[in-house]
Amino acid sequence: MINSRRVRRWTSNLMVGVVGLTVLIGILPLFLILGTLVVKGAGSLNLAFFLETPAPVGETGGGVAHAIVGTLLIVAVACLMGLPIGLAAGIHAAEFPGTRLSRATRFLADVMNGTPSIVVGVFAWTWVVARQGHFSGLAGSVALALLMIPMVMRTTEELILLVPNALREAALALGYSRWRTSLTIVARTALPGLVTGSLLAVARIAGETAPLLFTALGSQFMRTDVTQPMSALPLAVFAYATGPYEEWHRLAWASALVLILLVLFLSLLTRLATRSRFGSHE
Amino acid sequence: MNEPESNVAPPKGEPHGFQDLSGTNVGDIVFKTVLILGALLIPVLLGFLVWELVDGSRLAIQEYGLGFLTSSTWDPVAEEFGALPLIFGTLLSSLLALLIAVPLSLGVAVFLTEFAPARIRSPIAFLLELLAAIPSVVYGLWGIFVLIPFLRATIFPFLQGTLGFLPFFSGPIYGPSMLAAAVILAIMVMPYIMSVSREVLLAVPASQREAAIALGATRWEAVTTAVIPSARSGIIGAIILGLGRALGETMAVTMVIGNTHELAASLFAPGYTMAAVVANEFTEASTDIHFAALTYVALALFVVTLAVNAFARLLVWRVTQKASGSGGGR
Repeated sequence: MINSRRVRRWTSNLMVGVVGLTVLIGILPLFLILGTLVVKGAGSLNLAFFLETPAPVGETGGGVAHAIVGTLLIVAVACLMGLPIGLAAGIHAAEFPGTRLSRATRFLADVMNGTPSIVVGVFAWTWVVARQGHFSGLAGSVALALLMIPMVMRTTEELILLVPNALREAALALGYSRWRTSLTIVARTALPGLVTGSLLAVARIAGETAPLLFTALGSQFMRTDVTQPMSALPLAVFAYATGPYEEWHRLAWASALVLILLVLFLSLLTRLATRSRFGSHE
Repeated sequence: MNEPESNVAPPKGEPHGFQDLSGTNVGDIVFKTVLILGALLIPVLLGFLVWELVDGSRLAIQEYGLGFLTSSTWDPVAEEFGALPLIFGTLLSSLLALLIAVPLSLGVAVFLTEFAPARIRSPIAFLLELLAAIPSVVYGLWGIFVLIPFLRATIFPFLQGTLGFLPFFSGPIYGPSMLAAAVILAIMVMPYIMSVSREVLLAVPASQREAAIALGATRWEAVTTAVIPSARSGIIGAIILGLGRALGETMAVTMVIGNTHELAASLFAPGYTMAAVVANEFTEASTDIHFAALTYVALALFVVTLAVNAFARLLVWRVTQKASGSGGGR
């Protein structure tokens, strides 16, 4: 009896150790990946890397300025399309929660969230590229906006629901109309959260490659016209990583480092901002 | 951040939002109309997406019908297309990934909710969420230049040496392979499974644990007998959500799986997935039927992930709903 109790306690401690070990194994890849990126990429980061376009094949040097500009433009245009729709749908779902439309959008946004980004890329191709007759940064933005809408909608809804209803009631009782209550009281209270939620969505789409492959396509040149094919950082990483030249691999690591710094910076910003605001939530 | 799922529904019984939907002045009507337009765009866009996919693959659907899904020839020159190796590759790589990722992520989730000192819970969860923030193409890059050389030099020969009598571990060792794709996918879906199952475990009322401990269970027994059984369907939901992620994952897989249309039993042999073939061939396609076949593949992938996600969400939703109904949860 005593013996079996000892065995049971021993088993318990052992298993706690085992699941503790899974944490170490689980976190290991993060450090391996970030470590490799810094080791292989940091050496190539210099001013030229940020300011120049690629050197001709065979020559060393050159940079990814075209891809950085491309990413910024494609993501900015995607935000112009995706943010208003996502915000409106999110506010709608939170302010009119019981309606059939808001229940349907909540469910369909989850469906869209689970849709593989490559499928969204195919959709953007048939919708924009096939109709326009050529690849364009704009088509890439459309694909990214579609990925962004459900994310923005769900975080918006979540954050607006966190605003105490008493605030809304107080504003209405003071004679505010509904739209002013919603915009200047409720949304205003949730604003910091809405901003960080949107930034998080931006961080997610900025790293997307699959939907850009056959929409923005990629380019070796500095382009600022979104109706033309243009490069983006994730596309550059893919092209350089799968190319045959050592020099390209070097550029791939450096571009990946820049990309991840961008994405992690946005994520960290979001994390810090939400933590200070909703510290008790976690 | 990066919580892949949010199961937020307005709290029951508590009024929220505007109870009276009819606007009274012009501002209200305009405001509500704008919101409704935004909300309407979601079903409209999704419907349009489905329509475009069906329309784009119409040529292939007419030509091959459902036989497309069971034929294994993929020859763009002869204009013969069959998706069986792609479906096989997608399912196999995802299931293998789950085989690796599920024990790890459940271990992490259990450790974080049940055993970890409160001070380290948030930082560890945060680090794992960062893993989810790394772009797919960066995983692919790391896979090509770090993971594959490592696997080829150490793990693969070891597996062949010890389990080589099995058909899965026989045959020549290539670098890019089904198993390499599965390992990358496992790393990628782990944070998702972890964070959803953590949410589900947190929703289990503390009284369950206390009752088990009070009856003399050890800490581990409390987890296996009281906590996990009541969270079971939610955990299954979390795993299936991970499956949904793995099925649609494109870039990292494309970069490490080797991309061949052949069916092979060996996990060391290269393979192909539905998402990867679309990524690789869409820009190269020149004939209408090739485009249609690729769109057909995308449509099939969409339908599969839709079914998988809907099922998973239902399971997770039921567990967290039950918890918030009985006063736990948020």
